[in-house]
Amino acid sequence: MSSSPEQTALTIIDQLPVLTVVVPMLAAPLCVLFGNRHIAWIITFLASLLSFLFAFHMLFQVLDGDVLSYHLGGWAPPLGIEYRIDAANAFVLLLISGISTVVLPYARKSIEHEIKKVSHTLFYCCYLLCFTGLLGMVATGDAFNIFVFLEISSLSTYVLIAMGAERDRRALTSAYDYLILGTIGATFFVIGIGFLYMATGTLNLADLNVRMAGMEDNRTIQAAFAFIIVGMGLKAAIYPLHLWLPSAYTYAPSVVTIFLAATATKAAIYVLLRFMFSVFQPDFIFELNTLTWIIMPLAIVAMFAASLIAVFQTNLKRLLAYSSVAQVGYMILGMGLASTTGLTATIVHLFNHGITKAVLFMVVGAFVMRTGSSFAKHLTGLGKQMPLTCGAFVIGGLSLIGVPGTAGFISKWVLIDAAFQQDLWWLALLIVASSLLAVIYVWKMVEVLYMQPAPEGVIVKDVPISMLVPMWLMAIACIYFGLDTDLTLTSARVAAEGLLAGGSN
Amino acid sequence: MSMEFILGHLNYWLFIVLMMIGFYIVVSRGNYIKKIVGLNVFQASVFMFYISISNVTGGTAPIFPVDMNIDPDVIYSNPLPHVLILTAIVVGVATTSLGLALIVRIREEYGTIEEEDILEMDSAAQASENLKEGSSMGGRA
Amino acid sequence: MRHHLILRVITKLLVGPIIIFALYVQFHGEYSPGGGFQAGVIFAVAFILFGIVFGLEKVKEVFPAWLVHKFTAIGVLLYSGTGVVSMMLGANYLNYSALNPENPQAGQVAGIIAIELGVGITVAAVMIAIYYAFAGRPPVIDDEDW
Repeated sequence: MSSSPEQTALTIIDQLPVLTVVVPMLAAPLCVLFGNRHIAWIITFLASLLSFLFAFHMLFQVLDGDVLSYHLGGWAPPLGIEYRIDAANAFVLLLISGISTVVLPYARKSIEHEIKKVSHTLFYCCYLLCFTGLLGMVATGDAFNIFVFLEISSLSTYVLIAMGAERDRRALTSAYDYLILGTIGATFFVIGIGFLYMATGTLNLADLNVRMAGMEDNRTIQAAFAFIIVGMGLKAAIYPLHLWLPSAYTYAPSVVTIFLAATATKAAIYVLLRFMFSVFQPDFIFELNTLTWIIMPLAIVAMFAASLIAVFQTNLKRLLAYSSVAQVGYMILGMGLASTTGLTATIVHLFNHGITKAVLFMVVGAFVMRTGSSFAKHLTGLGKQMPLTCGAFVIGGLSLIGVPGTAGFISKWVLIDAAFQQDLWWLALLIVASSLLAVIYVWKMVEVLYMQPAPEGVIVKDVPISMLVPMWLMAIACIYFGLDTDLTLTSARVAAEGLLAGGSN
Repeated sequence: MSMEFILGHLNYWLFIVLMMIGFYIVVSRGNYIKKIVGLNVFQASVFMFYISISNVTGGTAPIFPVDMNIDPDVIYSNPLPHVLILTAIVVGVATTSLGLALIVRIREEYGTIEEEDILEMDSAAQASENLKEGSSMGGRA
Repeated sequence: MRHHLILRVITKLLVGPIIIFALYVQFHGEYSPGGGFQAGVIFAVAFILFGIVFGLEKVKEVFPAWLVHKFTAIGVLLYSGTGVVSMMLGANYLNYSALNPENPQAGQVAGIIAIELGVGITVAAVMIAIYYAFAGRPPVIDDEDW
């Protein structure tokens, strides 16, 4: 591809930042054009795999603190749109594209069971658009571009959730509720960007940071901060802005739940991180106050309240959805500490929680496929009948609690470390205490699966191999990243340092 | 607050009023279509906000003459917010049509588009599920 | 519909000019207000007007629903395809100057026309698809029950 007569010809390596996003965007209309569900699956999988490889390559390019800057249309920033890849977004891109690549082989059988065949092509098209939106949100370095990609991913998410209506009509109302809340959130975000543009005259994130220096007392900037935090907070399901999440996760098709739980809130949290630490200066007094007096208390409330609600759920999907809200609390807590270690904890947990929730929701999807229900009452004694599936659940559950040797332990360890660094020993205690709540709800499910007798006369087979392999890949990843923390911790630390360094690098 | 302050910021006042009207409709109305209408008003207020901040005093429409003879004395309004809002309007249209499509499906499944009625049906379904599957704190908590 | 003679005649007269106006807005977009979004909507209006007056079945004979879906995809492909072409020529994504290295300005014009055409096709197809989707639903309430 480098055979251009121009002297400044770019190679495919230079094009990676945009290719990661463009490949799935090109694949989505191709799915519709072919109109065959098998071809659509192949296209989707290939696009997702390519994005994953690109993201992987980029991560190793930026791990030593480099920044890749790509100028869309050849227009130089700050006037043109810039795709700016540093360790933070390369890591999140890797998570999103990795999860998607693993979920897709699983998706094939699962949606055959949950969605009627006519809609499969359009399902894959929407899935790709959602995937594009999430990748774009993370890759771009332009504030308004974030909004556009946010809406691309949100609109397709609403459709994907509503596709659950074939099993339960409540999917429609939860999709509608999410549409209303999500649109309000996105509109708040646009208002915030409008204020920023008014005050600084630029939309480029790095340039915003430079121009905002010394404008701490500017009330327009403060209003922009508030609008952006609330708008993105809605998307990230920060307690108490999480109201859309439990219903949406419960009634969406299983594959959609896996993908959203593992990636969608993570992308929103990344954008929050980006705005809080490398657009607004973290030493702005109003921001520090927000972090200490609003973000941190809300995080602690989320950790306990959502876990407590989860304990009392009988629907496994809803249980895990509330657990997600609680886990977002940990990520926000790391953010609230506003230190390098705290941010490292946030970013590591973003990744580790992504793979953990992917395993758990994959297991639930398998249960739904075989028993037709995700209620605890229908899952009794499955430990013997679906040993491989239930085994993956146990590993995922352990990682969710944060048992040593699993990925979940690493992120909690770093988080506790961050709390001790600031002499907040009570915070460390609270983190451990809330993990105990996770023990309760995970144990509750393990008991149902293994201790209680199976209903008589019902023979349940384990799920097909194409679903077991992705599930176990993720389960093994949960253990692998609990033992070998080289990739995750290094990337997260470089990312955290990059974020705190602001746009100056 | 002087009269000048109020009149000088007229576009912001209108923006706030419009935004609050839209927001209030979304929150207070139970009818799903009315909620979508409220959402549209809410978004329209943001469009107005963007377009009004792009105005340059004495500026004209930012269109270059066809012969490309640009008179340096002519002041143009800032075109960037216009372009941004064009995108936002398209997003708004997409949201509206998707919302209406969902309403059509909800109408087919539930036979009503009043939030109260639907909540009632959903909580009845939840209650019977709880009865069947054991108690839970579920619902739309 | 047999009775609304004036409606039918006027519609038949209007459909042509509407489409021509849409094409004008489309291709004159670089010089005057206009472009793909506006042209697409105006183009779709011609079909929607025809559909409202003569019925959904008639307009579907002209522009069947499956074809509409394909066109939504073609427009997006044209848009991102232009970007990919400029990438293959060794420039940045959507850098139209690369389309004509000897004369970058001509490349810019060619690029923006292709992009706007893509936008126009998709917007028109999506608008028509939305109309089909809503109008094609069997009414839940009979006309007498209103």
